This record gives sequence, C-alpha cells and structure tokens, in this order.
Amino acid sequence: MSFLTNLDFWFTVLRCTTPVLFATMAALIASRSGLLNLGLEGGMTIAALCGVLGSGFTGSLFIGLLAGLAGGVGFTMLLAYFIQHFKTNPVISGVAMNLAASGGSVFCLYSITGDKNASNSLASLAFPAVDLPVIRSIPGLGDVLSGHNCLTYLAFLLTVILFVVLRSTSFGVHVRSVGESEEAARSVGISVEKVRYQAMLISGILASFGGMYLSMGYVNRFTSGMVAGRGYVALATNAMAAGNALLGMVSSILYGFGSALSIYLQNNNVDPYLITIIPYAFIIVFYAAFIFYYKCRKRLDEIV
Amino acid sequence: MKTKKKFEWYGVIRVTVSILISLLIAAAIIFVVADDPVTAFSKFLLGPFSTRRNFFNVVETMIPLVFCGLAINVMHKSGLFSMVADSSFYFSGVTAAAIAIACPMPNIVHQIVILAAAMLVGGVIGVIPVLVKRKTGANELVISLMMNYIFFNFGYWLIRRFFLDASNGSYSIAFQPTATLGKLIPRTNTHYGFLIMIVVVVLMWILMDKSAFGRALRITGANESFARYAGISVGMVVLGSQFIGGMLAGLAGGVEMIGMYRNFQWITSQSYVWDGILINLLAGTRPLMIPVSAFFISYIRIGALVMSRGGDVDSEIVSIIQGIMILLIASERFLYQMKKRKEEREALQNQSLETENAA
Amino acid sequence: MAEEILRVENLTKIYPGGVLANYQINFSVNKGEIHALVGENGAGKSTLMKMLFGIEEITDGKVFLHGEEVHFSSSKDAIAHGIGMVHQHMMLVPSLTVAENLVLGIEKKKGLFLDKKKAIEETEAISKKYNLYVEANRRVRDISIGMKQKLEILKTMYRGAKIIILDEPTAVLAPQETEELFEQLLNLKKEGYTILFISHKLGEVKYLCDRLTVLKDGRSIGTYEVKDVTAEEISHLMVGRDVKLEYEKTGQEAGEPVLTVEHLNYTDKFGTKKVDDLCFSLRRGEVLGIAGIEGNGQRETVEILTGNGQAESGAIRYGGQDLTKLNVAQNRRLGISHVPEDRNANGCAPEMSVRDNLIAASLDRLSDKGILKPSAIEDYCQSCVRDFNVKTVSLETSIKSLSGGNVQKAIVAREFTAGADVIILDQPTRGVDVGAMEFIHRKILQMRDEKKSLILVSADLTELRALSDRIIVFHQGKVVGVLDDISHVTDEELGLYMLGLKQDPEERLREA
Repeated sequence: MSFLTNLDFWFTVLRCTTPVLFATMAALIASRSGLLNLGLEGGMTIAALCGVLGSGFTGSLFIGLLAGLAGGVGFTMLLAYFIQHFKTNPVISGVAMNLAASGGSVFCLYSITGDKNASNSLASLAFPAVDLPVIRSIPGLGDVLSGHNCLTYLAFLLTVILFVVLRSTSFGVHVRSVGESEEAARSVGISVEKVRYQAMLISGILASFGGMYLSMGYVNRFTSGMVAGRGYVALATNAMAAGNALLGMVSSILYGFGSALSIYLQNNNVDPYLITIIPYAFIIVFYAAFIFYYKCRKRLDEIV
Repeated sequence: MKTKKKFEWYGVIRVTVSILISLLIAAAIIFVVADDPVTAFSKFLLGPFSTRRNFFNVVETMIPLVFCGLAINVMHKSGLFSMVADSSFYFSGVTAAAIAIACPMPNIVHQIVILAAAMLVGGVIGVIPVLVKRKTGANELVISLMMNYIFFNFGYWLIRRFFLDASNGSYSIAFQPTATLGKLIPRTNTHYGFLIMIVVVVLMWILMDKSAFGRALRITGANESFARYAGISVGMVVLGSQFIGGMLAGLAGGVEMIGMYRNFQWITSQSYVWDGILINLLAGTRPLMIPVSAFFISYIRIGALVMSRGGDVDSEIVSIIQGIMILLIASERFLYQMKKRKEEREALQNQSLETENAA
Repeated sequence: MAEEILRVENLTKIYPGGVLANYQINFSVNKGEIHALVGENGAGKSTLMKMLFGIEEITDGKVFLHGEEVHFSSSKDAIAHGIGMVHQHMMLVPSLTVAENLVLGIEKKKGLFLDKKKAIEETEAISKKYNLYVEANRRVRDISIGMKQKLEILKTMYRGAKIIILDEPTAVLAPQETEELFEQLLNLKKEGYTILFISHKLGEVKYLCDRLTVLKDGRSIGTYEVKDVTAEEISHLMVGRDVKLEYEKTGQEAGEPVLTVEHLNYTDKFGTKKVDDLCFSLRRGEVLGIAGIEGNGQRETVEILTGNGQAESGAIRYGGQDLTKLNVAQNRRLGISHVPEDRNANGCAPEMSVRDNLIAASLDRLSDKGILKPSAIEDYCQSCVRDFNVKTVSLETSIKSLSGGNVQKAIVAREFTAGADVIILDQPTRGVDVGAMEFIHRKILQMRDEKKSLILVSADLTELRALSDRIIVFHQGKVVGVLDDISHVTDEELGLYMLGLKQDPEERLREA
C-alpha cells in the first residue's frame, strides 16, 4: 500500500478524476432537469475530435476550444431535440447517438485527415498546465495540487459554481422544479422544454470540456475509443451524487482513485488487461453500494 | 364483430421512411467526401452482389447479428434495458475458445459441448444485472455497460494468460481440429452456424409469439403490477428472459468463435448490442422479422466495406446510418400525425358503438 | 342580467392512444359566481379544466373569454388571461419552501441570485391580505395538506387570477378544513372573484355554489341554477337515472363456509396496525359485502387474500390450504380470482390489446405444454366479449381506447370466466357508467346463483345493500358489525358502524 503515501499517485488521482468530473456534472445538470443524458459518451467523443481538428488545422488553441464546444454542444442539443420534440426514448436515442458518434468520429477523422483510428498526422494543440502560485511552494500539498492542466482546475471550479447555481439562483430553482415536479413547474407557466434545453446546453458544454481534456490535455491527439466508457461511468457517479454537485465531486474522485490505482499497478508490471478492469469494477461496487444505501435510507425516512 | 386482423401499415411505413432517410443522408455524405461519388455509392448499394464471396460475407456476418437481435428482443421485452449481451457474447467466445483448445473430444461431441458451455456461460452472465438490481436498486443499464468493459478485459486476459501463441503475441494457439462447425457452402466461410440460426429463429418465434411464457413476458413488460395481480410469476419471467437472452448472446459468441476462426483473435471488444437494438427495432420486435432486418444490416455493412476497399469512404459510415435509423424509428412523434388520426378515428368509432348501445 | 365571463363551445378531447375524454362540451360561467362542475369519477371534469388552463391541448372546439375567442398554448397564456387553477393533486415542488413555491416562475432577483428575503416578505403580505395563513419558510414537503391548498390558492392570487378553478379541493381535506375553505371561497366571491368548483359531492355544491353544469361520460348534460334543483335531481342527471339499485334476488340458503379468515394481523411500514386479529368466513353461494371508511384495513385484507400481500400472522383456510402461505399464482390455481381496485394500474395493461388483457390470468388454462392454443383463445375471447357485452371495435384494439365501463366489463369478464370459486371484488363499479354498473351487478348476482362465493368491497353503500347477502363492517382493522337482514339495513346504521360509534357484541361478531 506504499502508493497511498506517494504524492505522484495522488496527483494522478486528480488527473484521472478530471474528465469524469466534467461528465458527472454534465449528467447531473441534465438529470436535475429531469432528462437522462445518455449521450455523454458520444458528446465527449465528438468534442475530443472537433477540438483536435480545430486546433490542428488552425494552429489556434482558442479555435480548437470553440470547435470542440461546438461539436459537443451541437451533438447534445440534437439529442435533446429528439427527446423533447420527437418524444424518443432517452435511452434508445442516447444509444443511437453514441453509436453514430463512435463510428462517425472515425469516419470523419479518416475523411478529413486520412488517418485511421488516431490523428497522428495532425499537429493539434493541448491546453497548458498551470502552476498555482503560493500552493506550489507548500511541500507535499503543492506536489499534489499544483501543476495540473488548466482544465482540471476548471472542472473543480465549475463543480462549485454548479452547486451554487442549483441552490441559489432562479435558474437553478427552475431546473430543480422542472426535474422534481414537471407538472408543478408547467402549471406556473415555466416552459419545461426551454429549461430542459438550457440544462442540456450546459450539459453539452461540460461534456465537451471532458472530451477535450482527453484529446487536448495530457496528449495532443485523438484516438478512437479514447473516451473508454467515461460517459457511462458518469451515469453511475451521478447516481451516487444524488443530485448534489459536491457529492458528485467525491464520487468522481472515487473513480479517479481506481484509475490511478490501475496506472500505478501498470508501472509495476501487472498485466494491463487485468488492471484495466479496476476502475470499472471499482465504480460498479461503489455505485451498487451507494444506491443500496440510499434505498435503505429512504425506507427509514418513510417510517420516521 | 369483425375479428379479421388489420394490417398495421403505420409501423411498416415508419420503418421504410426511416431507412430511406438514413440512406439519403448516407448518400449525401458520400457525395461530399468521395472523389468519385457515383462509383462509391453504387459500390455501397450493389457491392454485396458483386461477387459470390461478398454475398456470402453478408450471410456470415448476418449469423451473430440474428442471434444478438433475438437476444435483445427477449431481454428488452421484459421492460429492463440491459446491455449485458456484449459481456455474454465475448465471454462465451472465450469459453468456446478455451474448450476448443484445451479439451480434446471426438468430433460433433466437441462442438456440442462447446456451444452448450457457451450458452450456459452467456445465460449466467445475462442474469447478473437484474440480480444486482433486485438486491441494491442499481440501474441495470449502468451495471451492464460497466460489465462489458470488465468481461472483455478479463476474458482477453484469460486467453493471454493460458493460451497465448508466443510467436504471434496477441492471438491464441490453434483450436483442436474437432472444434469447428464446418463449411455449409464450399469455397465460402459460411458455416453450419447458419442452420443453427434458422432453428433458433423458429424456436424463438414459438417462444415469443406462441408460448405462454412469451405472452407472460409481454404482459410483464407492459405493466408489471398488472402482471403480478394476474398471477404471473414476474420475478421468474424476468429472470428467465435475461437468462434466455444471455444464452442467445452466448450462443452467438460460441458459434462465431468456432464457425469463423481457427484460433482466438478478438483482441478488441466485440460490440453487438447496438446492432441488436437496431435489428430488433427494424423488425418491429417480431422474432420472425429479425433475420430479415439482420440481413439488411449485414448487407449495408458489407456494402460499406466493399465501398471502402481502395476507395476514400471509410466503412464506419455504417455507424452513422445505423444511428440515424435507430433515432428515427424510436421517435414516438416521427410521422405521428398519421397514427394520431387513426387513433382518434378509432376512439370516435368506439364512442358511437356506445351511443348505439345507449339508444 | 349576469355578465358572462367564460364560454366553452363544442370542446372535444382525445388523448394520444385514442382515449376520448371530452365530447362536444358546452357551458358558460358568469362573472362573480361560484359555478359548480359536477359529474361522477371519470366523467371528464379534470380534463376539461386542464384544457381551460392550457395544460392539455384541445382536440376540437372553442373557448371564449369576455366574449373573445382565446387560444392557450400553455398555462402561461391562461395565467396571463387571469385564470388560475388549484389542482386535485397539488402542483407544488416538495423540496422548495412555501415562499419559493409561491414566486416560482416569476421570482425577483438580487443580482445573479434569487431574492429569498423578498419572496418571504411577499408571501407574508399576500397571506395576510387574503387571510390565508401559510408559513413562508417551511419546505412544502413538511406542511399540512390544508396549508398546501391555501398556498395553491395564494399562488393563483399572486399571479393575478380573476377566475379560479378548484379541482375537487375537498377530497383531501378534513371536515374542519373544508368548512374553513368554504368560508374563504365565499369571501373571495364577495370580492368579485369567479370560482369554478369541481366536485362530485352534492352537499357541498348545494351549500356553496350558484349554478352548476353536469358532465356525464365526457359530455355536458346542462347548466342549472342550484336553488332550482334538488340533490336527488342532480344525482339523477349525473348518473342518468335514480341511484336506487334494486335487484330481484333468489332467496337461497347460505351454504357451508368455504373460506375462513382466522386471527389475521398486518402492520404497515408506518407501524399502523391495519388488520387487527381479523376473523370472518365466506359461505358458499353468498355475496359477502365489506363496508368501511377507506383505510380501515379493507385494502390490506384484499391484498392478503389474493396473495399480493404478506400477513404478519393468522391464517386463511380454504380447501385444506392456508392462503397466507401462497402467492398470487398459487391462489389463482386454487380458484380465487380478483377484480382489483385500481383498474389502470393493476387491472389491465392499457397498452396491450383487449385479447391479451382477457387471457392474462388464464395463460395456463389456454395453453398446452406451454404453447398457447389460438383457437381456444379466440373462442374464449369471443365469448367474453359477447357474454359481458364489451363494446370494442376488435380484439386487437388496445384496451385503453375503450371507455372506463367497457374496460371494467372486460376485467370482470376475465375474472368471472377464469373458473374461480371465490371471487374478490374491490370497488368493481368505481368510475364506470351506469349501464356498465348495472350489467356488472347482474353478473355478480348470476355468479352467486351459480353457487360461487363472492367478497364485495365497496365504498358505495347502495351497491353493498343491493347485492350483499351479508355485510360485515370494518373499523380499524377489525370487524365491528355483522348485518344479515339486508333489506332492513339503512345507510345511517352502516355509518354508525363505520365510524366506530356502534359495535356488535362479541358473540355476534364470532358469527361473521
């Protein structure tokens, strides 16, 4: 268990947490508005690809960012449109969109760059790492908290902002009332559809950042399948959060811990296929345990 | 009172229009990306018929698709949305490969043992999500998606650990010569799995459409509480549906493994649930139509492969087409006016029946 | 001459799936009156109001407000035109506070944030102004139902409503709360508000309202001055005839007990003893009526009898078996069938065809080695539809497109033809039209004559008296009265038992 005292390990935990934290927040805002965003996996994939293409062709990180956001948000809004306008089953439509995104990203990459499966020929850019002033110089803490990619800090910052927005702004109250009691919101003239589109827009933005972190964070290329189920993991971490953004941070860090553990073991010559299981197994166990706990607590609440 | 069954035009038209729209979008994409779009598109549409080999490729590809379409059909009828079929498929493939390599047996017996084991393993894996759900309340969709990653990695690790062909580095050593399904049609890869497929389709048609179990399953999926009140053993029916679905996916993995391969070559995860969902939707969730829709999906897939060979259009365009098709068919409000008018007419008809009665 | 404020012409509503809820409804409301909309459950009152409030799309017809045609695409439009609605099921967000609920949708902001202080001030001000007391700071999930209703009324006021629709507001209130509400409503009327009051309780309508419109089977029957019609006349209009139900019953000797409930106990999850040492028996060839105010253990007893619920202790003897140890399927195999109380949730699968709904409880009987027998199914369904007069276009039609009465007839057909010896009926005619009610009643008596044993749980005392050979009355999970001279039983007497004011002596109860 020596890794627990290893500062690099804890640094890795935060690094691995970042994309799932973005995705968890994306799932959270959607679910608080009463929609299931099953398209996170696809949204992240598309954003990861668009970010790489945008920055690779223009040489501008900013345009890459815009392209990534446009891709991810456009994808998510299309899903929202199908769910709300065509009354498509959210699970099936999410599945369909993810299917189109996983194949479509490979298709687009090949059609545009001629690369198969990885954007090797494209010199795309990455978001910079940032040293936190003051904290950097604290021994121990500085090694863990400082020097992360700027998106990592953004993820944690947005989580806190989301928490406050949901709690104390009128938009947050609208989202919650639409999600909690659609009829009540509708009866006072709140446009349920509009609030849900807004929530999905935010969800799309968050998912896009999560996707771009993968292709423009520590590496600067897109590979097919690089999202690797994180969009689905976020559904579990979101369910564990029970609607609370700060709890979502905790559940995301749990995943990050599992991921970091698998990376640590990989460096210690354990078979890569066996250790890839760790984060997923980790999340299944914690997810089932959390939901079981909530179920028991709810039953208690009803009795008291 | 008339009892003649009226043909449901609505469903057929919806599916047809959905297919046409997605093919049109595919055509548009091809025209944008291809240097020679006309050739590319005609290859896409007619490629499977261009050679004998291509055509039988369609048939071979279709076999696991049919099994997985049937698996999704029975699993999702229960109202549960489990994606565990991929786990069953892959791990049953691993099981089949393991028995094919390590347990020498006489011909025929060997194949039967392999397929039986594959089905059993697939079925057992199939019920895991619903069991976890009952115990903890966790969502079966999330659990099954996580399981798919676990079973792929674990399965492939097992193959590497015990049966790795060191000279190759990623495939397994060869199967026993007795562990093969044999060719149904000479000079193609079309194996006897095709006959198994036909038998299974008929069995599933009987099970889903003609049997008491199938009807109980449908009632459970439509209103679980009612099913319980009507004396249907809901727990067993749901569990049974997941087990049967898992068995079918497992059989798919087993048949594919010993039908198409001489050693274990699945170094990436094999995904069939998404295809299964589309095939099931295209078939209007009717088992007898599943081979037809699986043939269609297989056809456009091979068409895309033919087009991509030496061309500039990647075969992954198929995923986009499939995604659009699922979206449109699953859209309740797509071509909704047509259905609405019919429902309103029927409601007024029922109303007038009552007025007659009152008078 | 009163000024007309709202008029409805030929309003029709067909829900997706082909459910016809309203058919060519006409009526008008005058300014400053309390106008009642009466009708039985399922007559289409709520649907009509939801259309007027813009939350249900209108299939066909016109709505005029102040003489001008209006189109509401959402409740926002209705609110803007001064219409407010208090729904039967409260439209409140449980996790928000009273004040937050009051201002929801039109809240004031302070910078980026919600101005919670202002919301509380406004809540207290408006609460004082209309003399409707609410606690601004508490979460809605923690307040009483009466306070929720006041909050709902305040919500409509806060949004400037001039016409207030109240959908069965007294259904959830205690008598004292009802009185208080009526006082407040009469106050509002004095201040010039127009109130649309939906109810099926005629006493309330007579007390409170100026005019009334009767709805029946989704159609409007007519509008009347309340003072011109008696309660009997109104009920006649609502159900289409006098509610006197009288059937010729062949006198027959009660047979031996077929089913005996012995010392049954059940405690719900809240720790309330719902069934308390319950004992009674059911005899061959009788209709045993079970009366009681809702929530006195009838539902739990039925659930345990049918195998849907688990008893804590006690036994139900039937044909040498103890039913408390068996599940629904085993129960049914022993010949016990059940018409559940909630027909849409438990009595049928609304999306499925009439055929599938009919065979659902007889899959074993209609199959051979697990394979369904199509011709047997066809014969069976045809005879169900014919013998029970189920009006349907075909057997393929989804059952939800049938009227409530026909759905119920189909359910009764299924349960009566399943070959059962004991049939448990829980509110078998709730919310169905009179024709279907009478039909079902005659079928019940027919089963009785065929020496079947029936248990009839009903809130409708007239129905109980018309059909039962014996009536037992439940109070707090116990039998408190046994009545077997049915022709001399009055509603008043039953009421005394139901309220727990009268109880038969122990030795009499032992005969139950």
